[in-house]
Amino acid sequence: MSAVNATTENLSEILSGEDIAPTTKISAAAAPARRTPYFETESGKRLVEGTVNLFKGLIPPLLGILLFIALWALVANSGKSIPGPSETWAAAVELFSDPFYNNGPNDQGIGWNILNSLYRVGLGFGAAAVVGIPLGFMIGRFQFLNQMLSPIISILRPVSPLAWLPIGLLVLQKAEPASIWVIFISSIWPMVLNTAAGVQRIPQDYMNVARVLNLSEFKVFTKILFPAVLPYVLTGVRLSIGVAWLVIVAAEMLTGGVGIGFWVWDEWNNLNVAHIIIAIFVVGIVGLLLEQALMLLAKRFSYE
Amino acid sequence: MQSYVQIENAGMVFNTKKGKFTALTDITLNVEQGEFIALIGHSGCGKSTLLNLVAGLIDATDGVLLLANKEIKGPGPERAVVFQNHSLLPWLTAFENVHLAVEKVFGGSETKAQLKARTSAALNLVGLTHAANKLPGEISGGMKQRVGIARALAMEPKVLLMDEPFGALDALTRAHLQDELMKIVAATKSTVIMVTHDVDEAVLLSDRIVMMTNGPAATIGEILSVDLPRPRDRLALAHDAHYHDLRSQVLEFLYSRQMRPKEAA
Ligand SMILES: Nc1ncnc2c1ncn2[C@@H]1O[C@H](COP(=O)(O)OP(=O)(O)OP(=O)(O)O)[C@@H](O)[C@H]1O
Ligand SMILES: [Mg+2]
Repeated sequence: MSAVNATTENLSEILSGEDIAPTTKISAAAAPARRTPYFETESGKRLVEGTVNLFKGLIPPLLGILLFIALWALVANSGKSIPGPSETWAAAVELFSDPFYNNGPNDQGIGWNILNSLYRVGLGFGAAAVVGIPLGFMIGRFQFLNQMLSPIISILRPVSPLAWLPIGLLVLQKAEPASIWVIFISSIWPMVLNTAAGVQRIPQDYMNVARVLNLSEFKVFTKILFPAVLPYVLTGVRLSIGVAWLVIVAAEMLTGGVGIGFWVWDEWNNLNVAHIIIAIFVVGIVGLLLEQALMLLAKRFSYE
Repeated sequence: MQSYVQIENAGMVFNTKKGKFTALTDITLNVEQGEFIALIGHSGCGKSTLLNLVAGLIDATDGVLLLANKEIKGPGPERAVVFQNHSLLPWLTAFENVHLAVEKVFGGSETKAQLKARTSAALNLVGLTHAANKLPGEISGGMKQRVGIARALAMEPKVLLMDEPFGALDALTRAHLQDELMKIVAATKSTVIMVTHDVDEAVLLSDRIVMMTNGPAATIGEILSVDLPRPRDRLALAHDAHYHDLRSQVLEFLYSRQMRPKEAA
């Protein structure tokens, strides 16, 4: 509104010839009376600056994505095996136009596949959190437990997630719980280790407050231990969910059933490469969303 | 009659990565009930360490410490501490930080409303009513220190242990809080041990000034009785010859007999 008004005023000024009048005194006296154009006011300047910054921030990532698509198109054009961006886009539009169809266990919409994978990740990761976080607290709190368990953890942690699958299949007999087991065992470590590190790094000052006040164990836990360690726990959770989502695709490729990993394998057998590329993007984007959601949660609980 | 706080030949040796480090040695000090002691000495001489010994946060490696004829074993809320680095819990608001202490000390005998009133009164005393709902990360260093003081005062401790409580404050706030502290101590007859770097503060507030030698193996160098009548008024004292005499005795100790550690080296 005010921007428009200012322009009309400037126009009328110019038309009335004040600005081009040789008597500079008059125009100087008239200047304060002139209303400042919107884009020269404080809020206007901030708006302009904000918009400019937004574009400045958007340009590099957009450029990166464009470059990536161009490179992809180049690779796709040079050979015959990989579909190009436009072809893939068309396939994706078709695929996502009906994400929840169900033609029996081996032919379901992409939505069902994603949800099934998320469900397995949720179960395996949830179980890992329920076991891993309290375990981390105890390892951090009791030096004896720490010394007792750290050699075992050091040996088990670097084991490739899929190496656990045969054990799962052997013990649990079925594919579904076996893949959940793989998620569990591979995503538990970051939560155990980060929680334990958090407990060990609680500043002595906080514990001194607890000691001077003679707080009960319950109060020490709720008012000091838990809030002090929460940021570490959330870091562990974030790393764990990344691992879980990384592992589910591989696990499902081996075990089958409905899920994004199995879907990739199925499409490979159908030689539908466009769908495989779509699956790669879907896995990446869902992983990113999970991570971002947990980042938000972590920010909510950081107190600094 | 025995003194209220008795420190007999106390020593403190820390085990560090580079071996043993003797911080304090042969500290003997008796503090009467209701007495105000100022601990003064150069940085790093062991003032905080001595305060922590009385608080029970660390155990002396030599000698004994008694409170009302009982050996000090671990900390307790009857010996409130104002920590040098304020030590507020960063996830609790100023109000909650103070309330945690109030609840612990008076929770058994008072109603919730009474506990809240105590907390508010303590914050009001240090002039922080307006910042009650702020987190420590949102207030200045001086304000944090004042919350720490409020927390300790609200506990109505038998012994108040303060580690440079007014260090981060501007001169006006500092003077105001010193006056408040004098009033509270006069009213409650609390025993106070206070670490300070400020010579004027030591003379204004205390009954005795305990001057420590430089570390390592620091001990008590000299004890100065401050026999100025109470209540004390800072403006009147500014023109008091005896006040200036006491003040220069402390300065004399600190700057000619105990040189700064760096200059001595
Ligand atoms: N936990 C500890 N382990 C090892 N050495 C320590 C420990 N605490 C204190 N010291 C050492 O003991 C000495 C006295 O420390 P202290 O903190 O009591 O000094 P201070 O007089 O309070 O100094 P300032 O005025 O700077 O606060 C220092 O040399 C310090 O390095
Ligand atoms: Mg100190």
